[in-house]
Amino acid sequence: MKIYEWINERVDISSIKKIALKKRVPIFYGTIWYYLGGVSLFLFMIQVFTGILLVLYYQPGAETAYESVKFIISRVEFGWLIREVHSWSANLFILFVFFHMFTVFFAKAYRKPREMTWISGMILLLLSLGFGFSGYLLPWNELAYFATKVGSDIAGAIPIIGDFALRLLRSGDEVSGATLTRFYGIHTALLPGIFTVMLGLHLILVQVQGMSVPPEIEKIPEKERKSIPFFPDFALQDAMAWLIVLNIIALLAVFFPWELGPKADPLASAPAGIRPEWYFMFMFQTLKYIPAHVLFIEGELFGILLFSIGGFIWFMVPFLDKKAHEGIRTPFWTWFGILLIIYMIVFTAWGYLT
Amino acid sequence: MSQTKRSEVKKERRSFLNTLLKTGLVAWVASVIYPVARFLIPPKMAKLNVSSIEVGLISDFPKSSSKIVRFGRKPIIVIRKESGDFKALEATCTHLDCNVQFKSETEQIWCACHNGLYDIEGKNISGPPPKPLAQFKVDIAREKIIVSQMDLS
Repeated sequence: MKIYEWINERVDISSIKKIALKKRVPIFYGTIWYYLGGVSLFLFMIQVFTGILLVLYYQPGAETAYESVKFIISRVEFGWLIREVHSWSANLFILFVFFHMFTVFFAKAYRKPREMTWISGMILLLLSLGFGFSGYLLPWNELAYFATKVGSDIAGAIPIIGDFALRLLRSGDEVSGATLTRFYGIHTALLPGIFTVMLGLHLILVQVQGMSVPPEIEKIPEKERKSIPFFPDFALQDAMAWLIVLNIIALLAVFFPWELGPKADPLASAPAGIRPEWYFMFMFQTLKYIPAHVLFIEGELFGILLFSIGGFIWFMVPFLDKKAHEGIRTPFWTWFGILLIIYMIVFTAWGYLT
Repeated sequence: MSQTKRSEVKKERRSFLNTLLKTGLVAWVASVIYPVARFLIPPKMAKLNVSSIEVGLISDFPKSSSKIVRFGRKPIIVIRKESGDFKALEATCTHLDCNVQFKSETEQIWCACHNGLYDIEGKNISGPPPKPLAQFKVDIAREKIIVSQMDLS
């Protein structure tokens, strides 16, 4: 308390305290959705923490990367734990971000005035996938090597700037040690920097605009709606959710370790059963079934076109779904979301089963 | 000088200074961005101009076997068919750049990444590959297998 007074005498922080104490969380059937963003935030903090620890031992480079990861998991005390937590937390992070995104979508929380929150969230999603893609290469194992070859080759198929994008990503014409150094820089410096700024903006918007409720709840007069204070009630519930997630990660890390696999070899054939990370699986599976040529364009380009258009529509939902601003649910957007989820689940399952 | 004229001169001077400032700003931003953008593009590596390589002795290759070797910077796959003949093809799939593998049971070339299939001559026969694999010439001289660039003529 003394410290608080000391600071408050010099800089007025009582206003921040006032805002924090005023914050309330609506209570209704969807209150549980409010945990999802918080859990994503918690998982990101775990990533930063374990990531910094891993950087202390990891050595980028074609001759050292795989060996240093092996060293971390076999020689460094609790190195295996830190690496497993980093891998598991990364995967859960993407999963929770997806959950968070879809609940926001179906609650129509992107409607006016929260368009910017949706856009900043979308940028955070893209950055997260960038984290996943760049981090996947760092152990320099066989799977990572081919996944990066494929991923960067897709970038190379973009019209006009493709060649430039490919060389920019690979730091040369082939995936090599130079690519690894570049991905390391992207994963540990470039992305964390941009992500932190974006995340700050995202969180400020949420604080300034308050929690959104679905249109149906909003129609209820404000006096009849139930809510609880954020401090301390909801913050404690949040903390409990975080604790449960941390325990799940610990269990997964101990009982389901991620295989390191064989070291990357540019002269080996891609092994049978090769697949990307699960969150790229639905796209991977789609690419498999696009024929070599669709009409007059190459299948590869057709796939890029398809996903770019789809992604762009999803990005722009707050501006396309105009009825949402009046609190009206249009069947078109509801079905758009449902079909998208079905498509993602079916293609992911199909990819794993075949 | 009348009052209006003076303010006009002032306005002109202001817009002139504004233009100067804006141009300066653009020039400054460009002079920062240009070197950074150039820095990001890796320097061109000297092309390894390889015209032919030796991949081993015939005895290194049992019938129906294959080996991926480096030809310059690119990997190529050297196959000995069931019939005993040799075949050399580019080893990276024309779809998304994965390294292919030789399937001895069917004498086909398969890419595990997206299930692309080529026949033994490198022609794409099913799956997503849009083009056949590039061909290389195989010569045998005194039991040695020599793979070289196809004559373009």
